Amino acid sequence: MDRPPNPQNTGVSTGTTILAVKFNGGVIIGSDSRASIGGSYVSNKMINKLIQVHDKIFCCIAGSLADAQAVTKMAKFQLSFHSIQMEAPPLVKAAASVLKELCYNNREELQAGFITAGWDRKRGPQVYTVSMGGMLISQPFTIGGSGSTFIYGYADAKFKPDMSREECLQFTTNALTLAIGRDNVSGGVVHMVVITEDGVEHVVVPGDKLPKFHDE
Amino acid sequence: MSSIGTGYDLSASTFSPDGRVFQVEYAMKAVENSSTAIGIRCKDGVVFGVEKLVLSKLYEQGSNKRIFNIDRHVGMAVAGLLADARSLSEVAREEASNFRSNYGHDIPLKHLADRVAMYVHAYTLYSAVRPFGCSFILGSHDEDDGPQLYMVDPSGISYGYWGCAIGKAKQAAKTEIEKLQMKDMTCRELVKEVAKIIYIVHDEVKDKAFELELSWVGEVTKGRHELVPKDIKEEAEKYAKDSLEEEDDSDEDNM
Repeated sequence: MDRPPNPQNTGVSTGTTILAVKFNGGVIIGSDSRASIGGSYVSNKMINKLIQVHDKIFCCIAGSLADAQAVTKMAKFQLSFHSIQMEAPPLVKAAASVLKELCYNNREELQAGFITAGWDRKRGPQVYTVSMGGMLISQPFTIGGSGSTFIYGYADAKFKPDMSREECLQFTTNALTLAIGRDNVSGGVVHMVVITEDGVEHVVVPGDKLPKFHDE
Repeated sequence: MSSIGTGYDLSASTFSPDGRVFQVEYAMKAVENSSTAIGIRCKDGVVFGVEKLVLSKLYEQGSNKRIFNIDRHVGMAVAGLLADARSLSEVAREEASNFRSNYGHDIPLKHLADRVAMYVHAYTLYSAVRPFGCSFILGSHDEDDGPQLYMVDPSGISYGYWGCAIGKAKQAAKTEIEKLQMKDMTCRELVKEVAKIIYIVHDEVKDKAFELELSWVGEVTKGRHELVPKDIKEEAEKYAKDSLEEEDDSDEDNM
């Protein structure tokens, strides 16, 4: 009989579903809210995985929660200093690069990956993926975390460039709901942040208000 | 004219009773002994011109360049001690390169100017080192922020400019620059004017031969800092020489 993994040496991880999507005029970054230990114990039902690293730049975290928190704290500090020196908000690309440098230079020790999304004056809304090893790429939308494997088909089929804000909210909510439905380590509520030139808006969709699909 | 700072001018870590740091002022004198360099910002870019004095016919043409490339999009024209200037150009290159490595995009010119100015300033604080004996002009062009021009002097201050001149004929050059309507000119028009200004301020009597160095960065070069192509440079030099002759002729007529 298989032994269940020992909680003491697996650590708290965000078996998770995260994504970010560019729409016409902004980006939406979203995640579930479950933190688990070893895949058999939910240690937190309402964790916030959307970290604000600057006024209009957010990142969502996947992997080891401790590593992710340490890296985002460092990135937040560096970006704050950088933006004061520049006398301007940092570019989303700069924020993603800072995270990438931290992930790549410490890739032996760390186990955290990020999705960075935000808005800047120069290039408008953008989405960047920083993988666990420190790869940095820009995409129109991206999904990540353990739950993302269940929604590649949905995301590829249903994503359209230049969606409206409402269409994009619907796309994101549906994607997260479907992932939560199939991934045991994703769950809780759906957190979303809508970032546009005008500002930042948090949207939370509690579990009972999530859309229902055919088998529910 | 400078006053003698006897006793208070031996190190950069000493103020004089009237509040001056003489070593820094002496460093600026070193810049004034060098031949002229100018930088002008126009509607769609920045043009640099340097009067490079040729001290011997035995020198290889094009050696000891005084215009440097700092990053793809930034150029630097210098006046003063050339060895000091070369060392600072390496500092600027490292700053720009580190910025790109950390933040993933081109360094904004103001930030680069501030960083190099801070470095220059550090050498005005201690008696163990001497201040840098050179001033330099940094220029770049960016799609969003447009053309920009900054000058840094040995005291470590950086200034933003539409047009500036450093070196021995800087006053004469500034007078000529002020006559231009640079905000309405394009780089192509400005290249000819820059060549003309260098030819005007060059002193034929005291300094014999010189080479003109011209470079630009702007929409015309798609944001990359480059030496002005040979044919455009020849056209600009011809324009400069012809204008000088015209002025000589008109002077004779007025007699």
